[in-house]
Amino acid sequence: MFRSIGPVLAVMRKEFRSELRTRYALNALFMFVVTTLAIILFAIGNENASSEVLSGVLWIIIFFSTMSGLSRTFITEEERGTGPTLQLLTRPLTIFIGKFIFNTVLLFAINLLTVALYLLLLTNYQIRSYDIFITIMALGTVGLSATSTILAAIVAKANTKGTLYPVLSFPLLLPLLLSVINATKMAADGARFLDALGEYQVLISYSVVIFTASVLLFEFIWKD
Amino acid sequence: MDMTLLKFLLFFWLAGVILAAFAFPIVPSPRHWNEFPVIPGLEDKARILFFHVPMSWTAVVAFIISMISAIRYLVRKNGNDDIVSAASAGLGLLFCVLATVTGSLWAKFNWGSFWNWDPRETSIAILLLIYGAYFALRSAIDGEEKRAMLCAVYAILAGVTMPFFIFIVPRIVASLHPEPIVNSQGKIHMNPTMLTVFLASLAGFTALYFWMLRLRIRTMKAEILSLARADAA
Repeated sequence: MFRSIGPVLAVMRKEFRSELRTRYALNALFMFVVTTLAIILFAIGNENASSEVLSGVLWIIIFFSTMSGLSRTFITEEERGTGPTLQLLTRPLTIFIGKFIFNTVLLFAINLLTVALYLLLLTNYQIRSYDIFITIMALGTVGLSATSTILAAIVAKANTKGTLYPVLSFPLLLPLLLSVINATKMAADGARFLDALGEYQVLISYSVVIFTASVLLFEFIWKD
Repeated sequence: MDMTLLKFLLFFWLAGVILAAFAFPIVPSPRHWNEFPVIPGLEDKARILFFHVPMSWTAVVAFIISMISAIRYLVRKNGNDDIVSAASAGLGLLFCVLATVTGSLWAKFNWGSFWNWDPRETSIAILLLIYGAYFALRSAIDGEEKRAMLCAVYAILAGVTMPFFIFIVPRIVASLHPEPIVNSQGKIHMNPTMLTVFLASLAGFTALYFWMLRLRIRTMKAEILSLARADAA
């Protein structure tokens, strides 16, 4: 198993390089986060939205940013025609894990930006238990990335890629979103770390289940 | 086995269930075999129990069969498994819509509003979304084998996510759904007459689903055959 670390890192490096080489995709993603946040701010205006609502809205922004950004790894393979080369070079599992790690790192970056801007710009929304919040962000990001990566692989082979992706992702992401929004509300209210134990359990089991299923199923999708 | 005989048997079974569900009187202390007890707060509205729960149950069974056929398709690559998967998903969608509508009606009459974000209500709505997404995916792919393979993968992923809704979330979040059916010990606290009619309804709807599935599979296979013949000619 440890022999595979090299190829996995190579796939990851390839993703980073190709995204950083022409940065328009990353810039577009950054602007997406900023624009969505601006819309929310204009919509709320001077009203005092409750912390429950604002916790939910944060995850709406994160969900749509995920939908914008995480399908790129597979769709660009199809568009540029580099799929077959990758198929010849290494095993499907390696490709999946490499792309999954790339997507997770990308999503971490997007979420960091989103959360930072959110807390900065929405002055009446405050997180009181940072321990819960950071744990939830980490677990939520991994879970989101796992589901989004396998679904990106499915959608890349279909026709109406852009519109199909959120349609397919939303039902599967619901357990995660429900848990994570609930836990964010608890973090905003100042609950203790162990009060959110149920949510951590759901998130960890969700991530494990989806990741395992993805690892087993990816080979069928990839080897067309 | 003679299918016509079974068809009539099913018809009379379901007719009997519907008759029993509506005609049996509801009395405060049931003494005869054909009397239902009064459930405080529900009275006559409890009759929807005999239809709503079997429909939800059938929607989930349809989904499970769709998922199992999807797994078989990926293992054996036999086109028939894909047909079973798609046919079952179509029927599952039908029963899911019925379950959501009857559930909404119950919610309106009992708790005052059509939708309450109760975990089980949410689960059936999510099942509806999953079916919708399945058919959206199905129509977005050209090429039979690719379509079958990708839909099979999605059905399996969705199937893997479902236990989270059905079992885990209701345990963590308090539910509006009544305890005699949905409780943590898994026991059924129901009057014997009600239980009999309820189980008969459950069996009837499941049999109805399997009959409709069989019909649908035959229709889909016939369609494919006729298309193939039209192509060849």
